[in-house]
Amino acid sequence: MKLECNQVWEHISEYLDQQLTPEVREEIEKHLEGCVACSATLDSTRNVLILTADDRTYELPVGYSKRLHDRLERVMREKPDPGSRQS
Amino acid sequence: MHEDRQHEAELIRRILAGETDLFHELIRPYEKMVYVTLFTMLRNETEAEDAAQQVMINAFRSLKLFRGESKFSTWLITIAMNEGRQRLRKIKRAAEESLEDTIEEPEGDFTPAFLTDWREIPLEALERKELRQKLRGAVEMLPKIYREVFVLRDLQEMNQEETAAALGITIPAVKVRLHRARIMLQKTLVPYLKENAPARKSFFGRLFQ
Repeated sequence: MKLECNQVWEHISEYLDQQLTPEVREEIEKHLEGCVACSATLDSTRNVLILTADDRTYELPVGYSKRLHDRLERVMREKPDPGSRQS
Repeated sequence: MHEDRQHEAELIRRILAGETDLFHELIRPYEKMVYVTLFTMLRNETEAEDAAQQVMINAFRSLKLFRGESKFSTWLITIAMNEGRQRLRKIKRAAEESLEDTIEEPEGDFTPAFLTDWREIPLEALERKELRQKLRGAVEMLPKIYREVFVLRDLQEMNQEETAAALGITIPAVKVRLHRARIMLQKTLVPYLKENAPARKSFFGRLFQ
């Protein structure tokens, strides 16, 4: 089995998630060794995932946690027992 | 992981038995997850914060309905997505979103950007603030069905099964949508990733051209 570039692209996501069978993985790695364009595609897709996982990409507004817990506190005081079947 | 789940189950049991203050501790690990999920849906900080508060209140009020069959985080994210969808229907983007809802599999070109002049970018280039901003923008632009899967899988790091359960779709659908989302993001972000890569001017430079 010799993979074409577009077949490699179809597997990029599963490759990154390590969901491929060893055989397909090996074929892809063989292709990547000799194909600059596919290596670059894989590399840039991985960069996107690194950026996504970066805690600083999405940040909480300043004071968010305090406001959240303050509001919860008020709600809990209204109805102190979530196990209660009465409403 | 397993211990966390046991600890949570114990917390929930005690909260339901009356120690309601422990609810603060129960949700603390998920504060950001809930906010970010809502932010990617509502695209507005204030609205996302208000919605996140509402989600936690709803979770508190319906905690007795949590059966422990799914993880608490999955249950919470389902509440968050429902809250987000409800709000989307209300706000002015409603028309556009409901249109999106009807398109099950948007047409599109799902081939990645083809790169012949790529050099592996150094990790420090990924440190740039503009790049994170570009990524947020690109995520916003994804069609809803791809955005939801991407947010749960790659941002919230939920596994395939949890994502499928939270969205009510099959695992193969999760895989296909995630793949397409990633490819679309790669395509959008490649120009900025390249721009951010500083030229290598060392005497090795030529090797990378």
